[in-house]
Amino acid sequence: MKNPYLPLPMRLVKNFVETEDKLIHTFTLEFLNEGDEKSFQYLPGQFAEVAVFGVGEAPFGIASSPTEPGYLKFSVAKVGVVTTALHQLPEGTILGVRGPLGNSYPIEEFKGKNLVVIGGGFAFTTLRSLITYILHPDHRGDYGELTVIYGARNPGLLLYKDELAEWEKRSDINLVCTIDRPVEGWSGRVGFVPAVTKEVAPSAENAYAVICGPPVMIKFTMPVLEELGFPPERIIMSLENRMKCGIGMCGRCNVGNKYVCKDGPVFTRAQLNQLPNEY
Amino acid sequence: MLLNKDQLINWLNKLMQAYQVFVPVKEGDYFCFKQINSGDQVILYYTNSKVPPKEVLFPRSEKLFYYRCENDGVQLTEQIDESKKIIVGLRPCDAKSLLLLDSVFSSDKYQDPYYLTRRNNTVLVGLGCNQPAATCFCTSLGGGPFATEGLDLLLVDIGDRYVVEVLTERGRELLSGMELPAADQEAQEAARVVKEGASLSSQVNLEGLKSKLDVNFYDPIWDMIHEKCLGCAACTYTCPTCHCFDIVDEAAGNEGCRIRNWDACMFPLFTLHGSGHNPRPTGKERFRQRVMHKFKYFVDNFNAIACVGCGRCIINCPVNLDIREVLAEIQGSEVRSDKQ
Repeated sequence: MKNPYLPLPMRLVKNFVETEDKLIHTFTLEFLNEGDEKSFQYLPGQFAEVAVFGVGEAPFGIASSPTEPGYLKFSVAKVGVVTTALHQLPEGTILGVRGPLGNSYPIEEFKGKNLVVIGGGFAFTTLRSLITYILHPDHRGDYGELTVIYGARNPGLLLYKDELAEWEKRSDINLVCTIDRPVEGWSGRVGFVPAVTKEVAPSAENAYAVICGPPVMIKFTMPVLEELGFPPERIIMSLENRMKCGIGMCGRCNVGNKYVCKDGPVFTRAQLNQLPNEY
Repeated sequence: MLLNKDQLINWLNKLMQAYQVFVPVKEGDYFCFKQINSGDQVILYYTNSKVPPKEVLFPRSEKLFYYRCENDGVQLTEQIDESKKIIVGLRPCDAKSLLLLDSVFSSDKYQDPYYLTRRNNTVLVGLGCNQPAATCFCTSLGGGPFATEGLDLLLVDIGDRYVVEVLTERGRELLSGMELPAADQEAQEAARVVKEGASLSSQVNLEGLKSKLDVNFYDPIWDMIHEKCLGCAACTYTCPTCHCFDIVDEAAGNEGCRIRNWDACMFPLFTLHGSGHNPRPTGKERFRQRVMHKFKYFVDNFNAIACVGCGRCIINCPVNLDIREVLAEIQGSEVRSDKQ
């Protein structure tokens, strides 16, 4: 019987300060044992339980893409005991990782469709995984137009700045970054994500919208997407309930009869409409 | 088969040679299931145990694995309990609860090796209830004082003897070498009388309850129904079907262990997000969750109600919140399904 509670050992090879407020770090982890990477077959949207031995474990969306072999990336905000410990770890530390857990973005269903990816704040992690996956030469041809709308309070809080700069140069992705208020030196858009989405007005025809961000952003972006004609079945969201086991047993993350860890974290807006609003 | 009561201790002592034997014992003012090292510690005249025998298979606190961090890696040592166990004297409602826990701990995708290993290695010897408590309502949930579901053997107390009903091959093996006589007509008749006499005074009407719960998530009834609840979680900790748990690390230097402990949906921190947002911020949402989980969500997911009518949540509630009354109030409430 495979033990789903036993973590795989991974080495922290990079502890990178991602944002200017230093509250988000991106961790790059390498598998320690041969064969573990093969057993850890994941897809964009999935998450893993990351453990600091002696402190505890916590679930994080996987920020790297399966098209980036050899390592996993997690971008983590310092909010609690485990995340604070993680932020302080020196490179070389051995961590434990359980997963991949949960479902993924419906990348098969996305094939042949246009995609509008909308992210806010540091919830951009699994969206990075999805975008990187789609932009990979092996996959790019399978998908239509890719529009990314990504907002942060100020430029210093945008994640993955080097990659955003690279994507900016590409012709096969329409990247729109926005910040809340004007800042000297910022040449991109200014405004909240819902308003910018309205301005960009991506076509809903043959398209899916994938949205991940703070609840307030989602609340006000949802009517815009509806106005643009995205039906609830083609709006994809990701929940982040508190969890412990990650495998549907500890009884913590349920929303109605669904477990976010097992049945999610990815749900369509139509599915969420059927569930009570306990998320 | 017939087992004389004075043979019971010898039988338990014999079983102890090959198994860890768990029986009801008296601790202070209440009964609980403990491993014994001598058959004479058993007490089979109890009504029901304070804490259900699920803790034999799913302990209140258990080590999942030890770890030792080294310079170039980490050494993990699993702590799976493979010992053979017998629980003697558990009530039919508690036996049924284990069948419900089986669904939780074994899904298509994930198996919990800690629970399932113990479960597969544990034989269950039930004890029928001659006198159910005033708080028992097992028959409303499809059980009964002498129900045999999930058991390997059932003991029926007929005075100075037990009629032993053999229910599985595993149960039969426990009796090998005992050379017990078959139950004669007199004993069978006595067992029948005992069974018929074991009537339950309380019933819960479950008809239509599920369809009501399907639509009443936003019903104002939840604003009132939880008001007495203190959120102490006595109901969940003594419930034989509750299975929520927490996972924590305990460390000493570069080594330590990962432990899981029972936890409860009645506690405010249970669902608190790292962001500070809590999807179940007050007692109302938490109480609703407990009722919904048992009588709706579990039914949706496993086609069974996650309650066996043992009555422990009623007996142990410090403010006399009675699940039977709660269900009756829900039954009697007007259906309102407006989403907030």
